[in-house]
Amino acid sequence: MNARIIAPLILGVLVLAAWEEAVRAFAIPPYVLPGPILIARTLVSDWSILAPSLWVTLAITLEALAAAVVVGGLLAVLFSLSRWIELSFFPYAIILQVTPIVAIAPLIIVWANDVDLSLLICAWLVAFFPILSNTILGLRSVDRNLLSLFELYGAGRWRTLVHLRLPAALPYFLGGLRISGGLALIGAVVAEFVAGTGGNASGLAWRILEAGYQLKVPRMFAALALISATGIAIFLASTLLSHLLLRRWHESALDAPE
Amino acid sequence: MSISGAPVRVRGVSKQYGNGVEALRGISLDIGAGEFVSLLGPSGCGKTTLLRIIAGLASATAGSVERPVGRGETGFVFQEPTLMPWATALANVELPLKLAGVGRAERRARAGEALAGVGLAGFGNSYPRELSGGMKMRVSIARALVTEPRLLLMDEPFAALDEISRYRLNTDLLALWQRRRFTAVFVTHSVFESVFLSQRIVVMSARPGRITSALDVEASYPREEAFRTSAEYAAACRRVSAHLGEAMAA
Repeated sequence: MNARIIAPLILGVLVLAAWEEAVRAFAIPPYVLPGPILIARTLVSDWSILAPSLWVTLAITLEALAAAVVVGGLLAVLFSLSRWIELSFFPYAIILQVTPIVAIAPLIIVWANDVDLSLLICAWLVAFFPILSNTILGLRSVDRNLLSLFELYGAGRWRTLVHLRLPAALPYFLGGLRISGGLALIGAVVAEFVAGTGGNASGLAWRILEAGYQLKVPRMFAALALISATGIAIFLASTLLSHLLLRRWHESALDAPE
Repeated sequence: MSISGAPVRVRGVSKQYGNGVEALRGISLDIGAGEFVSLLGPSGCGKTTLLRIIAGLASATAGSVERPVGRGETGFVFQEPTLMPWATALANVELPLKLAGVGRAERRARAGEALAGVGLAGFGNSYPRELSGGMKMRVSIARALVTEPRLLLMDEPFAALDEISRYRLNTDLLALWQRRRFTAVFVTHSVFESVFLSQRIVVMSARPGRITSALDVEASYPREEAFRTSAEYAAACRRVSAHLGEAMAA
């Protein structure tokens, strides 16, 4: 255990304790602000309702992230191979990115005609851009001399891509993945709020809306805690992946000097 | 000793950039098979450009170059080690063979030999960041030699190294050259380095880049560390310095 883990842990425990104490001292009713202990209890007692929703949200998020990796990665490679394709398509990728997802979500829901599919599309839309732009940056940031070397040995475009451009772009891609992981979750949750229903099976956002209507505020907090935990788990997983892939060679994954 | 090197013929090569800058004007140069030639000149005299044109990495505006054209017949060592940071030293040295379609086992063996040849046996599994500047440059030289090229082009390869590493690499490079007898073209801005290494020094001047003189260094090989302190070395350095001085004034 090092300071990086202990310090935030201590702060977290202190804040939770203060929160619990404040709720009790001022006798705040649970429908206004439940204390952390009540939220934890609700998490356990409502687990049979929350767990399937967690699974739905997680599934949409991971599917959207996977689609973002595939589409963002492939587009980046395509753009790097052809200047014309990049010049033609990149502005539209930016338009998709800068248009608020809340504004397009209703349209997508109408067009997709299937709530699950439209949630997936929304989450994918917000998640793919960081992967696309970061990977393009990485594919372009190749050492010029290494490119000359590949040219000298007669490696064509394809082998230069596989043996040089892709490995060089990996750290950038992983940076994009870390951002996209969080965005996919946000996209999945926001889209479900806009849809106002979770489709065949309901996600955590719908549980929050539903609990709000019923004034079950502790359950709202419990669902919120699960969304945060999901986000943290995705972040940690992508950080771990990044560390495992880069630790032997990339500066970003090196330990600080002793 | 068999000479495996290939001759290089540069005929009336000029290079003009799109912005009108004249990098090279009327360069003609014959380099014999197995010869060690240095291109010496101030920065901006176009010696790197000339080297890249000889390698086929840049095109000349006018003139022609004859050189060995087969894949792997030309090796190039850049100013920086230019290694792939994600690959081990061995994998870096294997690269030219991999791109030539050589099988894995043979690749491994030949890359291992090339690493041993530059004094890095046992460092095959190290990543570039784990190696010192001098060792990285050795890997880079091993990579250039792994295809057994007939022509080795070097662009100020030791300029960024400390003097001790630089002297050792000079000596080791000469030993490799004597063993293999490839044709060597070495770009440098150091009079001392060019005299120590080469049979012939081509002095260039800037704006536009052109050849102002060519000087033979008569001293016989092998040249060891003792050569650096000999009167013969000092005299040659003085002579070359004088020519470089004229070239810079021209």
